[in-house]
Amino acid sequence: MVSSLAAQSGWWSRAVDSDLMWSFRRSPVTLAATVVAVVIIGSALMAPLIAPHDPYDLASLSLLNATDPPAWLHDGNWSYLLGTDNQGRDVLSTIFYGTRLSLLVGCSAVFLALLLGVTLGLLAGWRGGIADTLIMRVADVQLSFPAILIALLIDGVAHSVLPREIQTRITLYVLIAAIALSYWVHFARTVRGSTMVERNKEYIQAARVIGVHPARIVIGHLLPNVIGPVLVIATINLATAILTEATLSFLGVGLPPTEPSLGTLIRIGNDYLLSGDWWISVFPGIVLALLILSVNLLGDWLRDAFNPKLR
Amino acid sequence: MRNTEPLLRVEHLRVEVPTRRGTLVAVDDVSFDIAPGEVLGVVGESGAGKSLTGAAIIGLLEPPLRIAGGRIALGSTRIDNLPYEAMRRIRGKEIGAIFQDPLTSLNPLYAIGYQLVETIRTHLDLGPAEARARALSLLREVGISGADERIDHYPHQFSGGMRQRVVIALALAANPRLIIADEPTTALDVSIQAQIIALLKRLGRDHGTAIMLVTHDMGVIAETAHRVAVMYAGRIVEIGPARSIVDRPSHPYTIGMMASIPRTAGQRGRLQQIDGTMPRLNAIPPGCSFNPRCTKAIDRCRRERPELMPVKETETACWQYATVAEAASA
Amino acid sequence: MLAFIIQRLLQSVLVMLTVALIAFALFNYIGDPINNMVGQDTTQADRERLRQELGLNAPFVVQFARFVGRAARGNFGLSYQQARPVGQIILEKMPATLELSLGAAVLASALGVPMGIYTGLHRHSWVSQGMLAVSLIGVSLPTFLIGTLLILVFAVLLGWLPSFGRGTVVHIGWWTTGLLTVEGLRAIILPAITLALFQMTLIMRLVRAEIIEVLRADYIKFARARGLTSRAVNFGHALKNTLVPVITITGLQLGSIIAFAVITETVFQWPGMGLMFIQAVTFADIPVMAAYLVIVGFFFVIINLVVDLLYYVVDPRLRVEREVAAIG
Repeated sequence: MVSSLAAQSGWWSRAVDSDLMWSFRRSPVTLAATVVAVVIIGSALMAPLIAPHDPYDLASLSLLNATDPPAWLHDGNWSYLLGTDNQGRDVLSTIFYGTRLSLLVGCSAVFLALLLGVTLGLLAGWRGGIADTLIMRVADVQLSFPAILIALLIDGVAHSVLPREIQTRITLYVLIAAIALSYWVHFARTVRGSTMVERNKEYIQAARVIGVHPARIVIGHLLPNVIGPVLVIATINLATAILTEATLSFLGVGLPPTEPSLGTLIRIGNDYLLSGDWWISVFPGIVLALLILSVNLLGDWLRDAFNPKLR
Repeated sequence: MRNTEPLLRVEHLRVEVPTRRGTLVAVDDVSFDIAPGEVLGVVGESGAGKSLTGAAIIGLLEPPLRIAGGRIALGSTRIDNLPYEAMRRIRGKEIGAIFQDPLTSLNPLYAIGYQLVETIRTHLDLGPAEARARALSLLREVGISGADERIDHYPHQFSGGMRQRVVIALALAANPRLIIADEPTTALDVSIQAQIIALLKRLGRDHGTAIMLVTHDMGVIAETAHRVAVMYAGRIVEIGPARSIVDRPSHPYTIGMMASIPRTAGQRGRLQQIDGTMPRLNAIPPGCSFNPRCTKAIDRCRRERPELMPVKETETACWQYATVAEAASA
Repeated sequence: MLAFIIQRLLQSVLVMLTVALIAFALFNYIGDPINNMVGQDTTQADRERLRQELGLNAPFVVQFARFVGRAARGNFGLSYQQARPVGQIILEKMPATLELSLGAAVLASALGVPMGIYTGLHRHSWVSQGMLAVSLIGVSLPTFLIGTLLILVFAVLLGWLPSFGRGTVVHIGWWTTGLLTVEGLRAIILPAITLALFQMTLIMRLVRAEIIEVLRADYIKFARARGLTSRAVNFGHALKNTLVPVITITGLQLGSIIAFAVITETVFQWPGMGLMFIQAVTFADIPVMAAYLVIVGFFFVIINLVVDLLYYVVDPRLRVEREVAAIG
């Protein structure tokens, strides 16, 4: 009666046969989302290898080629498949590099937020007392405002405050920091809650009684048990981080036109919409939408798969 | 033994749940009757299928669980295959139910008076004032003092025992003929448990309501039930008068259960237990499902599944009595 | 009850003061406060005198208190870029943002809540699946992208609606409204939809999740066991319990509409406070940025406060905390 599949030894067959994989294979939407995500992310990572042109090589740009339409339209040129922007850059290549930047910023920001949030959450949950009150008060105040506003404020202020010279060099880091600072709260709260629950469990009490150093308890014993929900939040936040970066770039406080992300491209293209040069905005827009959509779907599936109530 | 027409007749009930690894059987070929005004206790460990049987009777099995076979009849009406709306009218009016946790059974945002009146007016054709009067009398009947005032209170303003009384009042609101009580005292303090059980008994007697009392607490059963059905791994292994089951059990599982109850009086010895655990639904052994844990198992037990057969004062599903039963019916 | 109100008020004041502190730090230490208040032509000697008069050599706390006092009266200094009082600029721009935000809020709630209820109650119907698919797109598409696409379709290709600006406005006292003219109404449609879409899909998904969660509850099971009609179960019991958290969420979402207005105003060149802020960033116009921070912070604090109080009114469990639960 017991399924023979599960009786097979080996972690691979167990993984493939697990509930997680089953729900994954069952859902064609998730499958499609994964394919799309892999394609986009893969091509972005390999941008230097597969992009037909180098959009950062100023010498190769010619204003004569500026705002050419996509290849299949009248006036189009097959070496610029999706057309060119106002500086003569190939839209397709710029999309590859831009996606790369968007992913870089998104992942870094989430990673940073996770680091910050988990650390502060562990601290607040483990120590309690003043550390807890302080951290949670700050979190509460920050949570009264939407994350994107906070990111915007930090980034905007930094932009207007830093002198021009160092601005262009560190704009990437400022952007990552701004987004990370707006999202750490979710991680901190969840981890704090879980920590407070786990803190009272017997295995932690036992470790304390034995005399294990608190840092070792927290990192070695507690952390693995609270990290689960954090990973789900991280995936969902990745889509939001990418979206936030695109928005900030669109508003002009993100990545500059010299090193454009997808958001910056759309901003540039917006000015040309009314004159009919739609491709500068539309193609980056489609790629951005597909990227966020697929990451969102993956995050949804992950969350549903880990939620025991929906089984 | 009983010559009145049974109120509820369950015949060969089978409840299944399809999973990705195949269909599991949660309730397997369960049959029993409940006479009007009778208290039938249904005992067994968690997961034995007691609650699901009750849910199937009242038509509240949650998908993907479903009734896959058998027949349930209330009086002369078959109820297991009724459409939703027809079953809805029977629920509350003919068959009522009480669940384990009184705190979560009551909607926290409505006063209990509102919830009572709503139930009353759904099934009985009464105006608001009459319904409220009936609600008040119900509250008094279940022992809530100061009912005139408390009828407008919210659930969180009552203690656990009081809440369960309110729940009982709600179940009785439309005067059903049968109440399915699923672990009604498990979530309550021990001191309150006895009160609630006594209340149920009294109300059953006063209104002539039959009760199907599902529990894993044998003490409650011994006090309250007329007849008892012992369930194991989705099947009934023994069924009979309560006193016989408690004092002179026949099935090895029932014997083991009775023996494992700690007693304060009598000889002190090691606490008895039955080795092993009840099998999970996807790992039910062939033959008699109890055989791996049974000290009296013979070869036939591992091959053939026993049906209920009359043995002494009860009906038991155990092969060791096969010769006795055959001799008796010969 | 009173204790609760006081506690919440104190909390609001705390948040407000924090926001003011940040704005003050911005205003005083990053910008030059003297530049914020006088024009370019003032001499150095005059500035020094002003510095002394204004007590800019006074202790931090005193300066902060004065800043708060001035802010409370609407005095945020002079804009670097426009050389006129920031307060005046804000007054001009506020009606545009508020009208847009309110329109979007109404749209988002009026569509989001019913759709959420429907998809929660009828989980597996294909209409629900369709709505959910659309909502996923709504959540994934950045607001600015939606705006851009709408402009492309309705302004460029079809030419039905304007792609920027507010249309003709009517002045009523210090308020300017675009809702009383045809051009004004046409101009607000695309921006309002853009602003509302993200919030609407968010609200819809949250309401749906909430209703599904509520429908699992024991009291719903018990209500069905009592034979209550589907209508009574779904709308009387389930819905009422859903609305409690929904009100909170909707309220907070509406707050974030004001934040997202920044994006929409940029896309459509809508002359509101959000566009003002973006322009201030480009020009490093510190006084305007500080003022925006304070104003938006204020709106948020008020909205949060109202939502909390509403929650209190709707959920009886919070009201009767003094009742002894163990009566009887």
